[in-house]
Amino acid sequence: MSILRCENLVMRFGGVTAVDDFSPHVDPGEIVAVIGPNGAGKTTAFNMITGVYKPASGRVFLEQDGQVTMRDITGMRPDRVAALGIARTFQNIRLFKSQTVLENVLIACHVRVRSGLFGAEISWPRYYLEERAMRERAMALLERVGLQDAAGEMATSLPYGKQRRLEIARALATQPKLLLLDEPAAGMNPKETEDLTRFVYDLRGQMNLAVLMIEHHMQIVMDISDRIYVLDYGRTIAQGTAAAVQANPAVIEAYLGVEEA
Amino acid sequence: MAEKKFTGVAARMTPRRGRDLTLSCAAIAAILLFTHFAMQGFILDAYLVRILNMCATYAILGLSMNLVNGFTGLFSLGQAGFMAVGAYVTTILFLSPEAKGALFYLKPMEPFLQAIQLPFWLSLLVAGLVSALAAFLIGFPCLRLRGDYLAIATLGFSEIIRVLFTNMQTVTNGAVGLKGIPPVVNLWWSFGIMALVIVFIRRLMRTSYGRAFKAIRDDEVAAESMGISLFKHKMMSFVLSGFIAGLGGGLIASIVGSINPLQFRFILSYDILMIVVLGGMGSVSGTVVAAFLITAAKEWLRWLDNGFSLGLFRVPAIAGMRMVVFSVLLMLVILFYRQGLSGGKEFSWQALIDFLGKPARRDLKREEGGKKT
Amino acid sequence: MLVNWPMLIQQVVNGLTVGCLYALIAIGYTMVYGILRLINFAHGDIFMMAMYFAFFGITVFLIPWWAVMPLVVVVTTALGVLIEQAAYKPLREAPRISLLISAIGVSYLLENLATVLFTGIPRSFPSVPHFTEMVIVGQVRIQWLGFWVPLIVLALVVGLMFIVHRTKTGMGMRAVSKDMETAKLMGVHINRIIATTFGIGSALAAVGAMLWGMKYPQMQPYVGVMPGLKCFIAAVIGGIGNITGAIIGGILLGLLEILIVYFFPGLSGYKDAFAFIALILILLLKPTGLMGEVVTDKV
Repeated sequence: MSILRCENLVMRFGGVTAVDDFSPHVDPGEIVAVIGPNGAGKTTAFNMITGVYKPASGRVFLEQDGQVTMRDITGMRPDRVAALGIARTFQNIRLFKSQTVLENVLIACHVRVRSGLFGAEISWPRYYLEERAMRERAMALLERVGLQDAAGEMATSLPYGKQRRLEIARALATQPKLLLLDEPAAGMNPKETEDLTRFVYDLRGQMNLAVLMIEHHMQIVMDISDRIYVLDYGRTIAQGTAAAVQANPAVIEAYLGVEEA
Repeated sequence: MAEKKFTGVAARMTPRRGRDLTLSCAAIAAILLFTHFAMQGFILDAYLVRILNMCATYAILGLSMNLVNGFTGLFSLGQAGFMAVGAYVTTILFLSPEAKGALFYLKPMEPFLQAIQLPFWLSLLVAGLVSALAAFLIGFPCLRLRGDYLAIATLGFSEIIRVLFTNMQTVTNGAVGLKGIPPVVNLWWSFGIMALVIVFIRRLMRTSYGRAFKAIRDDEVAAESMGISLFKHKMMSFVLSGFIAGLGGGLIASIVGSINPLQFRFILSYDILMIVVLGGMGSVSGTVVAAFLITAAKEWLRWLDNGFSLGLFRVPAIAGMRMVVFSVLLMLVILFYRQGLSGGKEFSWQALIDFLGKPARRDLKREEGGKKT
Repeated sequence: MLVNWPMLIQQVVNGLTVGCLYALIAIGYTMVYGILRLINFAHGDIFMMAMYFAFFGITVFLIPWWAVMPLVVVVTTALGVLIEQAAYKPLREAPRISLLISAIGVSYLLENLATVLFTGIPRSFPSVPHFTEMVIVGQVRIQWLGFWVPLIVLALVVGLMFIVHRTKTGMGMRAVSKDMETAKLMGVHINRIIATTFGIGSALAAVGAMLWGMKYPQMQPYVGVMPGLKCFIAAVIGGIGNITGAIIGGILLGLLEILIVYFFPGLSGYKDAFAFIALILILLLKPTGLMGEVVTDKV
């Protein structure tokens, strides 16, 4: 059974159909890539899955723990979707600007906090333990992305590549089953890109996580993705394994042939 | 100030932390001693005590607005309405049945309300709770609105509250208002509640909930995508702010001694916004300092309203002149010091010491650069 | 229920008059919001200043009323442009919230300034001959204002529509409200367009203020606040940024207020609350207003 299954997602802005009949699915432990030229509707699809946009038509289903049936999460608020286990990063980096690196990760831990506001205020034992566990988990995540030494710095003072890694750490802090990465390698140098590739690859092994990512870097996409969806003007023009997609003439014409030449 | 103890952090009791704790304790002891003697009438006369009470109350009100506008990034202009609720509930519960009987000469008061009489602390607490309830009811439709629409809607609701109070003759005595509220608020009350509110907000901002509020301020879309329910957290902030503003309103009722609906026009919310903007959005210490500066300066600048002589000729008395001076000052801050007096930062002993110029200490600060309190 | 037709007609005319005045002021809000995404909190206070200008022109400087009117429009326009230059222009690159605070600051300043200049003592707007006199048709008694206000407003709106849709300045305004960055790149003089917008809004507010003063003569430094807030609400009801919407919203709101009080006299004390309830309802049911376009935030 899949972790995520979308059925015929459609999104329109005014008269423009940004996404037309997109039906991706992600199975447990899979890394799936969505590629396509700029304006193909990739980020819009992410926004529909995470509840930022309500699709014009179509449905989104998410696996539920210990149940056979999937849960319909179409049009659910983003915070509910995050609580149910989908985390994301943003194409145009959206860190909490006035907060430190550590605080950025702690904020994402908030969704799992069970104590109430007043319990937190008086540091009631349950909250005390939660806060301690939260900090430990946040530090561990920062270590994973190699930012443990920058924990006390302001998030916006980090260089671009590290900000991207912080975004991933922040998304992981919500304890997701499915991670949505929106162009994680954008603006990274080759070395960073290679590290990122390994990092994402390791993630699914160690954290029992499925990944759906948008990426322009063909190297990453071809190296680690199990399956690929290719979008062009909102339509799905190809899908399948890296090798199958690479050989698809429609893809070569619409995307690979032009962009990678 | 109370510090949260996390393992590891608390264990590392650096020299700087020890020094700060000592300095804080010394400052608090000094304030307590001062208040004690002031209460005996040794240092301050009644007029100065009244001004200090007002300063502390405006600090409370400024903090209540800063919680929503500064820390949570909403733009609410409903403070006057919550103050009105606080002031009226406190007064109605606290006044004696005889006093109320004498006040309601146009129409008798609701018998149930007239019979009630509670001690001041309880009246104030109930006032805060009723005010929080009002915030909840107003927040329900309003907090779904986008930034500037929220400003208009909250402003509108605070005016609706005022219209309501003007019309509820048998509860609020209508446009005539209520008089003869005993002046029970002394420095212990005003500074005590102010201290509680300061501690409450500073601690809150270090909890997970406080971080969630600030996340909403920084980026709503990202906060929501990280699982923070915008409505729920905005509501928490708004209701807490309503509670604190209600306390402030109750204190004002007792300090001033009489209340009527006209005192709680929306312009009062502007007065409080001025404190928050001048002090710096999202700064507790900035708000407190600005509240004291503005409230004290308003008293001190009374000579502007009373007329003064400029060498050869005399400037006549012009009522309201000082408010013009304040509005111009506010505009200058808005245009040239957008961060306010505090620059959005919090008070720390280190900053004060640096400011007073002890170069040796700066090295200590540099060493500890990464460890933020 | 037996309908008292003459009374009802009077009330409808009354509501229409108030509604047209709301519309006139709402246009100023909607144009500024369309271009700067700013609720110009000071607009209601510009309206108040115009009332005082007219008051002093007539009662203190003894200028005949027909000469005062254009004078007030000119002075108020200048005030509006001055405010834009001093308080909003320096904040072009600042976050939107700073602009809003600045607008509130200007409102605060104007109200306090008016208290000093004109004192807080309530004054009465001078009565202008002809306009306030009654016309009696059968049993219906209507002020001449009831005829003049819709006519004047119609004429002004036609003029405004001409400017917005047929002139180069108007084209600039529409371009800036669609996309300021692109308009700038296309060579539109942003600052000139914004100043013109404030000027037009203030001029319309000045006309509205004088007509308002004839209808509701009592004035004090806070007289502009309630009409100001209500007119902003009218603009939101119509769809913020849309001039036709502001006109429809204003007229609807005016009629609504007068007719609710007519049918339910017990609610007259709560008259000022209707507009805010209407605001909440419209924002919850149709956040874009009656004529507004859907705007999706880019993520």
